[in-house]
Amino acid sequence: MTKRTIDVNYLARVEGEGSLYVKLDGDTISELEFGIFEPPRFFEAFLQGRDFTEVPDITSRICGICPIGYQTSSINAMEDVCGVTVTPEIDALRRLIYCGEWIESHVLHLFLLHAPDFLGYQSAIHLAKDFPDEVQMGLRMKKIGNTVVQVVGGREIHPINMKVGGFFRAPTRRELRALVPELEWGLDAALRTVNLVTGFTFPDLDRNYLFVSMRHEDEYPMARGRVVSSAGLDITAHEYEAHFSESHVERSNALHSLTSDGLAYHVGPMARFNLNTDLLTPQAAAAAIRANLVPPITNPFRSIIVRAIEIVLAFEEALRIIAEYDPPEPPAVEVPPVAGTGFGVSEAPRGLLFHRYQIDGKGIIEEAKIVPPTSQNQPTIEADLHDFISANLALSDEDLTWQCEQAIRNYDPCISCATHFLDLRLDRG
Amino acid sequence: MAKPKLAVWKFASCDGCQLSLLDAEDELLAVAGAIEIANFPEASREVLPGPYQLSLVEGSITTPHDAERIQQVRLESEVLITIGACATAGGIQALRNWADVTEFTRSVYATPAYIHTLDTSTAIADHVKVDFELRGCPISKEQLLEVVNAFLFGRRPAIPEYSVCVECKRRGTTCVMVADGTPCLGPVTQAGCGALCPAYNRGCYGCFGPAESANLDPLLTEWRRLGVDDPTIVRALRTYNAYAPEFRGASENVEASI
Repeated sequence: MTKRTIDVNYLARVEGEGSLYVKLDGDTISELEFGIFEPPRFFEAFLQGRDFTEVPDITSRICGICPIGYQTSSINAMEDVCGVTVTPEIDALRRLIYCGEWIESHVLHLFLLHAPDFLGYQSAIHLAKDFPDEVQMGLRMKKIGNTVVQVVGGREIHPINMKVGGFFRAPTRRELRALVPELEWGLDAALRTVNLVTGFTFPDLDRNYLFVSMRHEDEYPMARGRVVSSAGLDITAHEYEAHFSESHVERSNALHSLTSDGLAYHVGPMARFNLNTDLLTPQAAAAAIRANLVPPITNPFRSIIVRAIEIVLAFEEALRIIAEYDPPEPPAVEVPPVAGTGFGVSEAPRGLLFHRYQIDGKGIIEEAKIVPPTSQNQPTIEADLHDFISANLALSDEDLTWQCEQAIRNYDPCISCATHFLDLRLDRG
Repeated sequence: MAKPKLAVWKFASCDGCQLSLLDAEDELLAVAGAIEIANFPEASREVLPGPYQLSLVEGSITTPHDAERIQQVRLESEVLITIGACATAGGIQALRNWADVTEFTRSVYATPAYIHTLDTSTAIADHVKVDFELRGCPISKEQLLEVVNAFLFGRRPAIPEYSVCVECKRRGTTCVMVADGTPCLGPVTQAGCGALCPAYNRGCYGCFGPAESANLDPLLTEWRRLGVDDPTIVRALRTYNAYAPEFRGASENVEASI
């Protein structure tokens, strides 16, 4: 019996440090470990004793790619415990900055991290030698997303303008209107991006996923809403921990999430799309039809098309919000601390991001819990790899290793986030 | 002539500072034209062997393995530049330096025995010789490009060490502490962000760490006069540059007096 190993000890083109180790005895996978060796930073521990108003700035430091996700979920939790509802104008501005983050993060992943896999290049820098126009288009789109975050949030990484209750300063109409010409170009480029990625070749893999995402009656989910699943779950953030729990496995500095029935589940763009197709914006909906995306999408390699659809949506929404923009006055509502426990969710680019905080009457944090999208997807990523490797044993070690990496990158895993949260090794003996 | 080889290394961090290189959308392909991106796992599968003429190091040292790995990085690097508050001061995760890490591990992980970590989070310069430290949480991408450019031309990077106050004056922002009574760390914090927070009606919270010859005592006297209590002052000094010597010393003095 032949033995093989797949061994990738430092997975590239992901955010953070991860690995994959697979051991094959003949046609049987005897070991499969998607490991995370990113060192732990103990955010939940050192948040204890901090003031509740500091938490959006501190939790943004969990991730340089999706700080708006961390700021939003933590702010939602604090406003929940303090019983405060913000104005529609503040909600609109939060959605606008979140659109900026979806654009920069999705475009970064699509063009710089994932597209090189489909086209057979080591990196976007290599890709740019043969496809300079496409890479330049991606970089310009990414810059537009970053500019939205910068104008609303002060800077693109760890923005400084979001706070519990709203914003320190509302951008002026003129500042936002200046974004419109580039956003209009970006919307057109996003539609071209959908066409581009629809033409890729997708490895075969179809899995019966349990999808989990947020849902809001008025809009495709980003900064607010309930938590729903493809199995009919429909709950508030308060009930999240009754249905999902984390466990600690030795190979990983990230915790693995499962449903309370012990099932792996899938969060992120495919889950959001499948559970919210009816809420797509007009051009995103039309582009999805042209791309022949009929829900449920169950081939994870096609997530790159879904990500492109969500880029279209984010550009459309940003343009709509700016057209309707009425600066919030005041830019933030007062939020006096109230003792208790607050729950917050939002849709970070990689999926559902849950926060819970217990605070005392002075607003000091007594307990904090954060469940990032990548730890929720980790068991699903391992299950995908298991099925994919079993069906593709005829591939050479080199091709199998690369396609396994590509399968992991389907989830745009953010390992810096998930460490509380990767290294690929294929062992055929 | 062969292009110099660049390596980007990650230790405990959020990825934000190395992301700044990918965020230099207008300059990225030009940078890739002038320097060979030889080892940058976040961007490329291809890893070329060292030695590297320039290494950019992100993150702090928090595990026994990383304490060994940084020694190897130094051996393979002709010039080693640390980027961001984690690498230059230990980062927000240096808050563990005042805590019991065993308790920290227990509060986050069900099986602490699986976790291999040090009691401290420390700057790269505490472990190896560093040729230049670029501050910020996050770093400024303009300053990063200046550092790479200076390296290519063999000159010292032109990175100012004066305080945020200078940038505020230059930007024409009214002083939030004088005009609004908003506590601000700007007078003791190194410039580099463009005096962002005051321009958004909030006080500076010290992302770029202590400015050259920062004088903490008079500033903290002013904070107290504005009604800020000592536990709040300790928290304000203990964020992303908590273990930078000037901030650390001041927070420990205030804490001892509580």
